Amino acid sequence: MTVRVQTAPFDVEAEVAALRGGDARVGAVVTFLGTVRDINDGTAVATLELEHYPGMTEKALEAIVAEAQSRFDVYGVRVVHRVGPLAPTEPIVLVAVTSAHRADAFDACRFVMDFLKTRAPFWKKERTPDGDRWVDARVSDDDADARWG
Amino acid sequence: MEGTQHPVATVRLVFLARLRDALGRQDETYPLDRPISVGALLEALRARGGPWERELAAGRAYKVAVNHEVVAAGAVVRPGDEVAVFPPVTGG
Repeated sequence: MTVRVQTAPFDVEAEVAALRGGDARVGAVVTFLGTVRDINDGTAVATLELEHYPGMTEKALEAIVAEAQSRFDVYGVRVVHRVGPLAPTEPIVLVAVTSAHRADAFDACRFVMDFLKTRAPFWKKERTPDGDRWVDARVSDDDADARWG
Repeated sequence: MEGTQHPVATVRLVFLARLRDALGRQDETYPLDRPISVGALLEALRARGGPWERELAAGRAYKVAVNHEVVAAGAVVRPGDEVAVFPPVTGG
């Protein structure tokens, strides 16, 4: 499947192998792996709780992948995003892209992440020593989205 | 069946993430027997006062999705729809 939302960890190598398959046209595989940091805005984070909107989140990710496929010359795109409680250093999200040459794979991978950040319904809540707090959206993420026009 | 009668006379409202906490509920069945604009629905919710008035005030950062598509205030909500209200997203 192109897009998955799951609580379980994922295996990057297995995901890449499944995406790449035996396609001899593929000359470039670009992956982005997002992981949990232990500090956000100066506060220690014990756990991150990832929430999504079942149904809409998958549709939004599929729309982003479809958009990437129409904009860039890529063969395959795969997005795996975790939800539920996540500890610092754990992987949150994987975007993997295959293409004939690196430029389109790099661009498509970044495009998917930039759009995911501003358009896919996920929300982070941090568990900190001072209590729980919802993470605020970043203006820099809107800027990253806007650069794609 | 012919005509403008809708088989259901409600919409499902869904509140997510910080807004669910602030409004104190994750979903509700809301009576609606005819199409209205998203703006009109939000106005009706704001009229409940308290956190509804505060959190859904114009100028607050939140989004509305009808049947899983983000829409503007002029969009139409019809009986049977699912309407979600949520804060700006922070995934990835």
